[in-house]
Amino acid sequence: MSEPTAEQAPEAARLAVRKTLKLYVGGAFPRSESGRTYEVRAADGRFVANAALASRKDARDAVVAARKAFGGWSSATAYNRGQVLYRVAEVLEGRRGQLAVEVADADDVTAAEAGRRVDAAIDRWVWYAGWSDKVHQVRGSANPVAGPYFDFSVPEPTGVVALVAPPSSLLGLVSVVAPAVVTGNTCVVVAHEHGPGPAVALAEVLAASDVPGGVVNLLTGRATEIAPWLASHMDVNAIDLIGVTDPGLATELEVAAADNLKRVLRPPLDEPDWFADPGLDRMVAFLETKTVWHPVGT
Amino acid sequence: MGTGMFDYAPAPESTALVDIAASYGLYIDGAMVDPLDGTPFKTVNPATEEVLAEVVAAGPRDVDRAVAAARAAYDGTWSRLSGRDRGKYLFRVARLVQERARELAVLESIDNGKPIRESRDVDVPLAAAHFFYYAGWADKLGYAGFGPDPRPLGVAGQVIPWNFPLLMLAWKIAPALATGNTVVLKPAETTPLTALAFADICRQADLPPGVVNIVTGAGDTGRALVEHPGVDKVAFTGSTEVGRQIARSVAGTRKKLTLELGGKAANIVFDDAPLDQAVEGIVNGIFFNQGHVCCAGSRLLVQESVADELLDRLKRRLATLRLGDPLDKNTDIGAINSPAQLDKIRELSDVGEQEGAERWSPACELPERGYWFPPTLFTGVSQAHRIAREEIFGPVLSVLTFRTPAEALEKANNSPYGLSAGVWTDKGSRILWMAQRLRAGVVWANTFNRFDPTSPFGGYKESGFGREGGRHGLEGYLDV
Repeated sequence: MSEPTAEQAPEAARLAVRKTLKLYVGGAFPRSESGRTYEVRAADGRFVANAALASRKDARDAVVAARKAFGGWSSATAYNRGQVLYRVAEVLEGRRGQLAVEVADADDVTAAEAGRRVDAAIDRWVWYAGWSDKVHQVRGSANPVAGPYFDFSVPEPTGVVALVAPPSSLLGLVSVVAPAVVTGNTCVVVAHEHGPGPAVALAEVLAASDVPGGVVNLLTGRATEIAPWLASHMDVNAIDLIGVTDPGLATELEVAAADNLKRVLRPPLDEPDWFADPGLDRMVAFLETKTVWHPVGT
Repeated sequence: MGTGMFDYAPAPESTALVDIAASYGLYIDGAMVDPLDGTPFKTVNPATEEVLAEVVAAGPRDVDRAVAAARAAYDGTWSRLSGRDRGKYLFRVARLVQERARELAVLESIDNGKPIRESRDVDVPLAAAHFFYYAGWADKLGYAGFGPDPRPLGVAGQVIPWNFPLLMLAWKIAPALATGNTVVLKPAETTPLTALAFADICRQADLPPGVVNIVTGAGDTGRALVEHPGVDKVAFTGSTEVGRQIARSVAGTRKKLTLELGGKAANIVFDDAPLDQAVEGIVNGIFFNQGHVCCAGSRLLVQESVADELLDRLKRRLATLRLGDPLDKNTDIGAINSPAQLDKIRELSDVGEQEGAERWSPACELPERGYWFPPTLFTGVSQAHRIAREEIFGPVLSVLTFRTPAEALEKANNSPYGLSAGVWTDKGSRILWMAQRLRAGVVWANTFNRFDPTSPFGGYKESGFGREGGRHGLEGYLDV
């Protein structure tokens, strides 16, 4: 046979339509205001994309968006938040194939392992969706005070949470974002620098589902550059340092977080097993307890 | 005060029950010991300026020794003891506090300056109740919702304030011991005496040596304690500024931290509130314990339509408050705890006048000796005024007005603090609407300044994190 020409084998030579990786802030997909990008490569050195290299200004814009969204999201009914999160899982399910390809590149794992991670991430999202209207009963209480008062305690979201995402590009990311937002917090996430593809794909899923803009804001770039601004930001109420691997930087961020007494989730000694039962810890870390008293009488 | 409407004969509580030593050492490893590198300082009665006793400002080596004793007790006895036996020790402590209640109340009033009515009816009974409550948790931790076998952290370094010395000690020590930790506690420099009396209660309870260690001293001692590498848990109650420093100092360690810090609570009175009850709640909110209360209702937000009437009633009520001898059973307002605190209250009150707010106090004769400040209220206060933003920690009330519930809410939440809030209205749905939206850890509706060991207490935002009291209070002392 003669060599195939372009006309004879159009499918094999189809040129892919590549995606521009952008930030996700306030429900929109802006480029970095700084105009900067950085080159993302797969483990084999192949060019994947130019991702937005978020700046201090982008981080601040993301906090403003998260704060703006907090009132509505935190006062939505728990049932509503549960359905919104479940909807995200539905949309994720439809993009399993795409996500698996991106996770394989970002996490440098086989296609089979990437598929396993995507499936676990979707299931994780469903698991948290179900918590929205249960965590209050597990964490709240009626308090038998020694006097004629009705006294009860309920968990409430802490506010705006900054998350430095772990290296696990989708399963790890979902495992830190979902517990923060299911209880009514809004967040600013710094995706892991080396594999932002799945994070941007998740942002697109969030935008295509019913999550209000600003509830999750996603920045790509360097945590070493952006996280200090988030840690010292006076309108951020809590920070999760799970993705900070440099102990010196983690200490620096925790010191900065003390300026307004942020709740700090320190990085663990080792990256957790993201397939394990996550427990309540990551939800509880960003919950406050409110106690209400009222006299009892006729 | 006290002249006019009613005259009362003096009714002083007897001090015969109290035996204050001329000097005290440190309570380490089950014994009162002399300091290694601590230096002596004096604690005074703020109502008379008389020196009560000489105590030790523990030095770094003293703190080191106390932490080592707590570690040895943790490894050697306390962490191996069954929950049932830990509980039994704590029940003993609760009973001993009850048995020695009057003595402790008198001691507290002498050292702190608070009215005996409050130390006798609030501080000491609540301290006993706290030990009794957490005693019962010690052998039930597997049912507390933290997994089947939650573990203690180790050695807890605890630093407490001068406003409720024995009660804060109970809030710290009871949950720590119930969960299996051992403690080194530093009482405030101006109020060490009830903590030292508590050391004697530990002796009477036969508590194993080193489970509770008391190191007296000021800020340097506290810093040595919280920064000690042998401490696994830091619990602090005090100012937001010191809380920030502690949060910075534990950064990068594995120490678990809980902070109960300052507040600037809004006490919100709607036009349908029962005004006489609201007046009592306002008085209790800001003049209880001379306003030395982190959750004090120091910002009164009153609906415009009833502001004049409420202020008239409030001023009439303030004119009946009796200020004076803390040991007199009729006293409503005792002494300011220290000259430093008095200076701070005076300074911020002067700033209030300078910034244009109108200052008012009832006719009030202050005793010649001691540290005193009359009940004071400011009207014409704006949200930008420092007396509406900063914690004064004294008997000073700032009055602001509002028109709508939304405005009340916005003003109430306009603070970096978020410890407590009060709501006064007859409308149930409005209470719940406000309670849901107030960003504060405790909301008192148609009441104020209520506390109970079963009821979680603690702040939002810059009022700190972690809860004390209730099942929630266990969490800060468990490895969960």
